[in-house]
Amino acid sequence: MRYNERELLSLARQPAEKAAEIRMSVPKKGSVLKKRLVKLVVNFLFYFRTDEAEPIGALLLEHCKITKEEENIFSISFIEEPERKYCFECATEEQCQEWVEALKRASYEFLRRSLIFYRNEIQKMTGKDPLEQYGISEEARFQLGTHRQ
Amino acid sequence: MKLNERSLVFYATGDSPADNAGFLYKRGERHTAYHRRWFVLKGNMLFYFEERDSREPVGVIVLEGCNVELCEAAESYAFAIRFGGTKSRTYVLAAENQAAMESWVKSLSRASFDYMRLVVRELEKQLQEMRRGLARGCAGSREPPGPWKPSGLEQCRERLPALPAILPKENGCAVWNNVLGAERLPDTSGCAGHDEEGTPRPPPLPPRRRVSDGEAQSPSTFCRLHEQYSREVARLRQDWQQRQRGPRP
Repeated sequence: MRYNERELLSLARQPAEKAAEIRMSVPKKGSVLKKRLVKLVVNFLFYFRTDEAEPIGALLLEHCKITKEEENIFSISFIEEPERKYCFECATEEQCQEWVEALKRASYEFLRRSLIFYRNEIQKMTGKDPLEQYGISEEARFQLGTHRQ
Repeated sequence: MKLNERSLVFYATGDSPADNAGFLYKRGERHTAYHRRWFVLKGNMLFYFEERDSREPVGVIVLEGCNVELCEAAESYAFAIRFGGTKSRTYVLAAENQAAMESWVKSLSRASFDYMRLVVRELEKQLQEMRRGLARGCAGSREPPGPWKPSGLEQCRERLPALPAILPKENGCAVWNNVLGAERLPDTSGCAGHDEEGTPRPPPLPPRRRVSDGEAQSPSTFCRLHEQYSREVARLRQDWQQRQRGPRP
């Protein structure tokens, strides 16, 4: 699948919501935990070799499951392939919990549902649609409940 | 750079609703010929397929940090997705009619994660301010509205306009939480991005001021507050209704 790699690389260089050196393994046979620089930018998780400027890879964090595994370890898997896990071993339990929380909120879909929730709450309290002021109240992506194209 | 392509394909072709979909003409990279492709916009990802029923997208355009603008092109109803940076590519697309072009330009220009996050933060702030306003007025009604002395409350209820059911929150402040077919706040204890209904938890709000203890819990205090809120809500509704009656279609 083609993708605009240049823009994605540029995204990887932007200030991250969260970044840390974490040991990581990919779901490939014989894969071991290796120290990587892991960087969360919007709904992408980039991972770099610690001394390199360009990421080895990127994970789009949509339709994924973040699981707290055993001590200091969490994993990311995608819902259609739950056995294929990207594992991350953090330095401390605290760091592990922080990453789990951050990654669970990192998807576009999570953001969308938050928006719909707030919109609904404000509308119930005031009788007014808070998106009207932005002129986006009719946008399909912000509709209550499941929206269809 | 590796990308989790398999998951991307599942995301693109899966059941999750698209924010926009339709045929567009895409100008080639090297040659200026246009190719008709089936485009699907999900979140900040614009997928394009050779055919509407193709199993996999031909490609995807990540829509962070781009500008969407109309452009002068031989093709009519053309618009461009432009990225910053010197060597960045500009994607030129053309719709089949004016309405489709406008619809795509609108949805693409608001597709970025950044934009979504901005709007969510703004709404979150608004809601927090509203709740704080209620909390200030809440001092004294710390108890949940359980079994009241019927006489006092019944009198109140008769005088007040109908309000949605008031549900107690931890510090006793009322927050209307009726779900009118809307989803609850996404649960972070389950899947990210998956539509599982777990225990819904609102996002973390700033620490609320602790309500002062020792205020008399009496229906009359409650009635006073109830009346106060109802006046406010009535006024807000009036404002809103006036605006509705204004020059709107």
